[in-house]
Amino acid sequence: MATTLADDLKPLHHPKTWIGKYVWSQDHKVIAVQYGVTAIAIGLVALVLSVLMRLQLGFPGSVPWIQPENYLQYVSMHGMIMVVYLLTALLLGGFGNYLIPLMVGARDMVFPYVNMLSYWVYLLSVIVLVIGFFVPGGPTGAGWTLYPPQAITEGTPGYSWGIVTMLVSLAIFIIAFTMGGLNYVTTVLQARCKGMTLMRMPLSVWGIFTASIMGLLAFPALFVAAIMMLLDHLAGTSFFMPTLFSFGQTTDTVGGNPILFQHLFWFFGHPEVYIVALPAFGIVSDLISVHARRNIFGYRMMVWAIVIIGGLSFLVWAHHMYVSGMNPYFGFFFAISTLVIAIPTAIKVYNWLLTLWRGDIHLRVPMLFAIAFIFTFIHGGLTGLFLGNVSVDVPLSDTYFVVGHFHMVMGVSPVLVIFGAIYHWYPKMTGRMWNKTLGQMHFWLTFLGTYAIYMPMHYIGILGVPRRYFALGETAFIPDSVALANAGITIAAIVVFLAQGLFFFNMIWSLFRGPKADPNPWGAASLEWQTPDTPPVHGNWGPKLPTVYRWAYDYSVPRPERDFIPQNEPPA
Amino acid sequence: MSIFSRLAEKSWENPGNRGLVDPQDYRPDAVTVGVYVYFGVATIVFTLMAAAYLVRQGMDTLMDHGIDGSDWVAMPEPALLWINTGVLVASSLAFELARLSARDGADERMATMTKLGGLLGLAFLVGQLILWRQFQAQGFFLAANPANAFFYLLTAAHGLHLAGGLFACGRTVGLMSGGAEERRVRRNVRLCAIYWHFFLGVWALLVALLVTT
Repeated sequence: MATTLADDLKPLHHPKTWIGKYVWSQDHKVIAVQYGVTAIAIGLVALVLSVLMRLQLGFPGSVPWIQPENYLQYVSMHGMIMVVYLLTALLLGGFGNYLIPLMVGARDMVFPYVNMLSYWVYLLSVIVLVIGFFVPGGPTGAGWTLYPPQAITEGTPGYSWGIVTMLVSLAIFIIAFTMGGLNYVTTVLQARCKGMTLMRMPLSVWGIFTASIMGLLAFPALFVAAIMMLLDHLAGTSFFMPTLFSFGQTTDTVGGNPILFQHLFWFFGHPEVYIVALPAFGIVSDLISVHARRNIFGYRMMVWAIVIIGGLSFLVWAHHMYVSGMNPYFGFFFAISTLVIAIPTAIKVYNWLLTLWRGDIHLRVPMLFAIAFIFTFIHGGLTGLFLGNVSVDVPLSDTYFVVGHFHMVMGVSPVLVIFGAIYHWYPKMTGRMWNKTLGQMHFWLTFLGTYAIYMPMHYIGILGVPRRYFALGETAFIPDSVALANAGITIAAIVVFLAQGLFFFNMIWSLFRGPKADPNPWGAASLEWQTPDTPPVHGNWGPKLPTVYRWAYDYSVPRPERDFIPQNEPPA
Repeated sequence: MSIFSRLAEKSWENPGNRGLVDPQDYRPDAVTVGVYVYFGVATIVFTLMAAAYLVRQGMDTLMDHGIDGSDWVAMPEPALLWINTGVLVASSLAFELARLSARDGADERMATMTKLGGLLGLAFLVGQLILWRQFQAQGFFLAANPANAFFYLLTAAHGLHLAGGLFACGRTVGLMSGGAEERRVRRNVRLCAIYWHFFLGVWALLVALLVTT
């Protein structure tokens, strides 16, 4: 049944049944939870795959049913699931859905039906992806980059059906993301409440908004590449497939350009790093400001840096292709653009540190994760500067140094922010508080554990240990210490894997047994904490939309009753 | 206020809303914003496909195997290609007349022109399918040559977008006959016209690409 709320132009659809409310829901908050649960569920599959990989690397042969082709399949599926189906879906579909309408003072996304559709199409993409595990030949083992010709050439695991399910799943995912992304961008542009100017939006919204625009512009490259590779594989075209020799005979394919695929892939792939990073940047800015009780340092610079990083990230894609035989002048250009992007990124890091400087820092669990993010992001970012240089990248390319770098910068860092964000907004989402001790244990095991995993990878990478290898065998340049490092990494990985049980137990247990949460337990100034109900009900704001009078970072104000001013409080 | 002055606002300095206009007074509605945002997506899709077309056309990969030159053989340009283009132009013109009628409040002409635009759009799609069949009958199969593959890919992508536009046009006609709110119907007609002009532009660029290379 539709009802019109006082100041709305459009009626809201209020479902009556349980299925209407929690399954076919058009409420952005329910859709956010649906996205979140699905993304975390498929992310757990990827996490299990990583443990299997580590078991093989740390203790070769300890799991006899892991064969070389399985190992390659685990590598491929782990990478794609983590980057696309977990991080992108959770940060944009999950946090984007939950936070945008609440933070900009809207009742819902502007197209709630399309929003609902976006989730269900995303779920379909996940189902198709999972089907890939069960088709003849198993999932693709072509690496998460799916480079042709090997991705669709006999000899590569999953070359016949696994690659098809992967490409179809990606195409479906991109359709889902486009529906979601249109909603996020349009809601920010069109549905902000009165007084919520662009420069009064919290940085979380800026990060998600910019990342959504980037996703809308970057994912089409992957879509086009996926369709073209599907046609190469299924219809016999030769967009990417070159002339190949097999057993002295040429294959049916002629003239295709595999490097063209790499360009299309990385035109998506590099912005994708920032599609994941920018929402994390925004969220971590808000977490630091709230828990340090300080207004964010250099708000305008932070916004501009987000936008500039977003723009520049479309000009650096070929730094992933230095070893593809590109013209050295191209390499020079892309090295320069890669190093330039470090400037706005460094501005953000300095501003986080300066926000913390002389702040009233509360080391609550969300803040622990936020500060940990700064550590891991600086480490991952600095090794990125190494790899941005052609002459350094060429010898390090395809070694574990790269694995250590990108896991720190776009794996661990955003995941730490995601944990921090879940701990931060959990009281608003559920109306309950989580257990502090379990949260702290989860934090320390995860934070120290990830360092134990990824720092040694830099070392073995510098020694020249190649990535994606099932077993190193007898290799003269690889010292015995590598085996020891690999065993240590594996043990750390298993500990971190098990530590996530603390998180899940805490979240589920607290949902039912956690103490009731205060509507604004952290004393946050942004709008989502000012809803009349906790958790917010459908429509978010009761009979009247809020009016915003100030930015989201008025902290440490000299007041007797509280040290912050909510965004919707009029000036005296 | 320009986007630059909006982004230069020092939001921490002046709390309050003095001088701020209620957003409902100046913001375009959500559907209009959404359509414009989608144009950005469509632009990048077709730009990337066109870029891939040019890169693939420039490949000279057979030299390594003793066959000099490229494997690219351009598609012919039958009369039907130009007839279809003319039909799409006419369709776009009809939608433009519908948009002008909506602006002037001439509802009857608006309805007629919207239906005419939709029918011509449908005719364009049917014409494209006939063109595909003609090419197939002449042996220009999808996998026979990269030029063919790109032709089918580009026309399919364009056709799917127009089919989506036809769906929206059909819904608008349904709203008209269902007696929906006037403002909404006129907004939809305006958006149909803008959408059609956009994809006419895309088609013009695709035809230019196909016939000049």
